[in-house]
Amino acid sequence: MSNSNMNLKLKVWRQQNAKDEGHFEDYTVQASPDMSFLEMFDVLNEQLITEGKNPVAFDHDCREGICGMCSMVINGRPHGPKQGVTTCQLHMRSFSDGDTIVVEPWRSNAFPVIRDLSVNRSAFDRIIASGGYVSVNTGNAVDANATLIPKETADEAFEAATCIGCGACVSACKNASAMLFVGAKVTQLSLLPQGQAEASKRVVAMVNQMDAEGFGACTNTGACSAECPKQIPLSVIATLNREYIKAKLKGY
Amino acid sequence: MKLFSFLFTSTIGRKWLMGLTGLFLISFLLVHCGVNACIFFNDGGETFNMAAEFMGTNWIIRSMEFVLFAGLLLHIFQGLYLWKFNTEARKKRYSVSAGSANSTWYSRSMGILGTLLLLFLVVHLKDFWVTSRFTDVITSGEKTLFQEMKEVFANPLPVVVYVLGCVSLLYHLLHGFQSAFQTLGINHKSYTPIIQSTGKIFSVVVSLLFAAMPVAMHLGWIQ
Repeated sequence: MSNSNMNLKLKVWRQQNAKDEGHFEDYTVQASPDMSFLEMFDVLNEQLITEGKNPVAFDHDCREGICGMCSMVINGRPHGPKQGVTTCQLHMRSFSDGDTIVVEPWRSNAFPVIRDLSVNRSAFDRIIASGGYVSVNTGNAVDANATLIPKETADEAFEAATCIGCGACVSACKNASAMLFVGAKVTQLSLLPQGQAEASKRVVAMVNQMDAEGFGACTNTGACSAECPKQIPLSVIATLNREYIKAKLKGY
Repeated sequence: MKLFSFLFTSTIGRKWLMGLTGLFLISFLLVHCGVNACIFFNDGGETFNMAAEFMGTNWIIRSMEFVLFAGLLLHIFQGLYLWKFNTEARKKRYSVSAGSANSTWYSRSMGILGTLLLLFLVVHLKDFWVTSRFTDVITSGEKTLFQEMKEVFANPLPVVVYVLGCVSLLYHLLHGFQSAFQTLGINHKSYTPIIQSTGKIFSVVVSLLFAAMPVAMHLGWIQ
């Protein structure tokens, strides 16, 4: 570990449960610039446990930017100041010695706080369960060229499929809208032949579920895409709008 | 009717109606700005009065006035509804927000800009529309619409109000023009950059032309 330790002041959101009002608590922590943001939180929690206090609850799993569990709003930005990274991939070298860092949970009615920085994102699961899949049995892996898919289309579908469902889009949006997430799923599935058969039914079911969960409507500020750790493009929302209107006008 | 109920029940349906009526209002702005710009011929309002007379008497234009007000009311109604709906989607606000890091201030302020435009519209309709449609000042030949314009803008206060109205219009359009296309589902790597630059040019040109009218009238550049 590097010798040049950083002294940081943290303002961390503490909340017992969904019903609790919640408040900020101030901590000081020493961290190495080589630590990830979550490792810095591990140090803080060790410190709190030693002092006989409750550690800060936060979500994490893979710590390599693919599981979509980590979820912290750092100085007003989901996943912190860097573009295209999750909180776990953010390093303390992105901050300076003596900085005060404010850490809050994702805030949206649809994502109730479970405890501290940990929020319940099962609204996303229910949206996926409403239609974000292909229900026909596609059988064994077939010959690569049996179904012709242009490379550009495959790339576009893949780009949308890189969404890890972390919810940073909802967190960044001033309307707490989930349209980048839903748009990514709809785009990915509607571009490929396996998903096209159910495209209309799917988009209507997913948008109905999205609305039922209490997410806001999109006003095209572009904040979601700018903060997305996987840099999902805004065009997926246009695709979602187009697919939805097409389906509704067909009577779905 | 059930087929179209989604325009009032789902988020995307409501947005779609916002986009459609927004583009319709943009087409109206183009006509309105074109007709008014006739004052810049500086011919004592001759061309402008002719154009205004046509707009006021042609039955197709007059019928479109109802469609225009319907579109405007829908845009206002949906806008206010979505504003409230979207604000309520996050009851507990952030203590620190860094909106400027990921979006433009005017894209986040369409509700407030729209409300300012609505207030301006009330003043504007009272100044000209009520005079020309609900009194016989113009039809009786007592004065022309051009003379009415000169009278209103002789006063500095309306000039300031109109210029501020144009500033709101500029920023509302800067976001609204390209946003409408995105909402309608039009996003393409070749066409979207063209739409975005057209939107910027349109917003600046139309707002500048509109703002130039009261200013030029007040300073006596238009005789």
